[in-house]
Amino acid sequence: MGLTGSAMGRGAVDGGLELHRNPGERLAALVGNPNVGKSTVFNGLTGLHQHTGNWPGKTVAGAQGRCASERQPYLLVDLPGAYSLLARSAEEAVTRDFLCFQRPNAAVVVCDATGLERNLNLVLQVLETGTPTVVCVNLLDEARRRGVRVDLAELSRCLGVPVVGVVARKRRSLRQVPAALDTLLEGRWQGEPLRPRYVPAVEEAAAAVEAALAPRLAGRLDGRWLALRLLEGDRELLRSAADFLGWDPAADGAVRAALARAREVLRAAGLDREALRRELASTPVLTAQVVARRTVSDAGRPGSRADRILTGRFTAFPVMLALLAVIIYLTMVGANYPSELLSRAFAWLGGQLAAALAGAPWWLRGALVDGAYRVVSSVVAVMLPPMAIFFPLFTLLEDAGYLPRVAYNLDKPFEKCRACGKQALTMMMGLGCNAAGVVGCRIIDSPRERLLAAVTNGLMPCNGRFPTLLALVGLLGIGGGAAALAMTGLLVLAVAATLGATALLSRTVLRGMPSSFALELPPYRRPQLGQILLRSLLDRTVFVLGRAAAVAAPAGLLLWILAHVTVGGASLLAHGAALLDPLGHLLGMDGVILLAFLLGLPANEIVLPIAVMVYSAQGTLGALGGLDHLAAVLTANGWTAVTVLCVVLFSLFHWPCSTTLLTIRRETGRWRWAALAAALPTAIGAALCAAVAALARLMG
Amino acid sequence: MERTLSQLRPGERAVVRQVGTDGPMGRRFLDLGLIAGTPVECLGRSPWGDPSAYAIRGAVIALRARDCAGVLVEP
Repeated sequence: MGLTGSAMGRGAVDGGLELHRNPGERLAALVGNPNVGKSTVFNGLTGLHQHTGNWPGKTVAGAQGRCASERQPYLLVDLPGAYSLLARSAEEAVTRDFLCFQRPNAAVVVCDATGLERNLNLVLQVLETGTPTVVCVNLLDEARRRGVRVDLAELSRCLGVPVVGVVARKRRSLRQVPAALDTLLEGRWQGEPLRPRYVPAVEEAAAAVEAALAPRLAGRLDGRWLALRLLEGDRELLRSAADFLGWDPAADGAVRAALARAREVLRAAGLDREALRRELASTPVLTAQVVARRTVSDAGRPGSRADRILTGRFTAFPVMLALLAVIIYLTMVGANYPSELLSRAFAWLGGQLAAALAGAPWWLRGALVDGAYRVVSSVVAVMLPPMAIFFPLFTLLEDAGYLPRVAYNLDKPFEKCRACGKQALTMMMGLGCNAAGVVGCRIIDSPRERLLAAVTNGLMPCNGRFPTLLALVGLLGIGGGAAALAMTGLLVLAVAATLGATALLSRTVLRGMPSSFALELPPYRRPQLGQILLRSLLDRTVFVLGRAAAVAAPAGLLLWILAHVTVGGASLLAHGAALLDPLGHLLGMDGVILLAFLLGLPANEIVLPIAVMVYSAQGTLGALGGLDHLAAVLTANGWTAVTVLCVVLFSLFHWPCSTTLLTIRRETGRWRWAALAAALPTAIGAALCAAVAALARLMG
Repeated sequence: MERTLSQLRPGERAVVRQVGTDGPMGRRFLDLGLIAGTPVECLGRSPWGDPSAYAIRGAVIALRARDCAGVLVEP
């Protein structure tokens, strides 16, 4: 769920794969089926803290890191999970193009020992590209627990490449990987990589085309691989190949003649284009089956008893809601005390800071202490504790493999909205960070359904809004249990809005019918408790602190200046708030909070602190800190339960932060989708707020 | 007796006889190793009765009924 700096911040936004390669480094690509522990292997090898999740499609952009054997440094690139190199989805295309056209020195194919046969299909396709390959069989401990034994030596003999068996969580076992890469790249490897053998007609056709290609390829691409792809006729792939080579193989005279001859051979054997595709795809599957039979003792039986409850007809949704409510309750109760402690500490430190600056001019002291420092400290005090509790808990569920089950449970409603069940996964990613959720939409194959998911992602409250909501619900004074239920209700409302908006878009601007859907439900795994807690806690802390400094401090500074530059007897801030006041009241709020929402565009975390600061700057109350102070400031400024409710609703549904909007623009290629993603939630929020305000006025 | 994959009830096993699905889903089936001769088992249905979970070559894959209507299984 994108809980780390790399998945949440700039890492999530920087989707391009620009290699930072040092001289002397060799390039190795890490590939594998989704959910085989590839990211854990990558982290173990490079020491990077890339967040890993137990659900398919976690790595969507591709991370890079370094590892070394005793003799040789390697730059390792973690590519998105792929079932096949005959790419079907955008993320699979990333993997294929990198492997085929970036020409890494070697590939490390990570396999899951508990489901080796299916993984071998990808191994065979990688071998077919002619890339030097090391096979890394992961999750050996998990396999042993289920009574599955893998004969690694026999596997290496069958495949003709080095095979290492690892338990990625135990880093020592990973040292074999760079050592095996050395063996391969220093020419000390004797084996001949296994290549799938097709029916004679296909072999004959491929040989003819390969012979015509060989003189011009000069070893830049594997001849047999390219010949098969030319016969297959995947236009997109061939375009990439032509770009890479600098000449179009399909337009070359000799190759064209060979292709014509080859098609003749295929036709004579009764193989039309569809039959050929079938042959090209099913032969690796059958080869994998043969290899698996010789190397795996007993494949075990997939499926889990837990699924009867977690996806059961009568139990699935109660369990889902109960889990959500418990997590929220723990977060609210657990965050109170540290929040209070932090705000007291910050208040004391603020006093010290003001005293230290006693000699400085008033405007400097004001801008630094009352402006930058106060906004930063209240962002940290109010936002950090709930984030630091909510996200490790959520990560626990993710690590255990629960999230794909949620997508499975919710697929039918999404299908009714003419969308894809995987949207439930990106929706949950949005709970972590909307920008990460938008990038995550790449796991959805159909472009229309991908757009639906990207445009509606902002309807889920991200980590910037989540603590704001918690704090606001806390203000209602309804007690911990009821507040947790209210929060759960808000999340259900967000899901309902997502479904409603998706259905609406499917019938208007993004018209179309649902496409196909295939989702892997990975085995449940025991979460790595200690590591999750430590990592998401540390990563969260660093990320929030970094963002507070980067966004909240300048915002606080700017606000203080706006509050103290006066035009016509009132501050700029007061002018702005007054201007927005009529609209604010129509929506059950006031001009100040609306202004805070506008100024909070760079980061939603700062909306509430800004509002409090504006109120304070108007001279009502000086102090600000924990929840009690917050309540005091807001009540003094005329907030009622209706105001709180409207702010809650608007905070749930308004424009996403600027980072998310930029990400949508980048992912979809058009500003209009970003504009729609801003307008849609704002319209929903405004309508709800106006309705609540009107109702409140009616009832007096 | 020949049925489609979606007609398999939870707990039932069968062997794929023919995959008559074309287009992107047909190719996705090939990626998953769902070809003629593959043993499959229906493991359960989602709370709304669709999609269903199938054991295919050691993995659990959720598929919608309308997507696997073209997959014929026996017995």
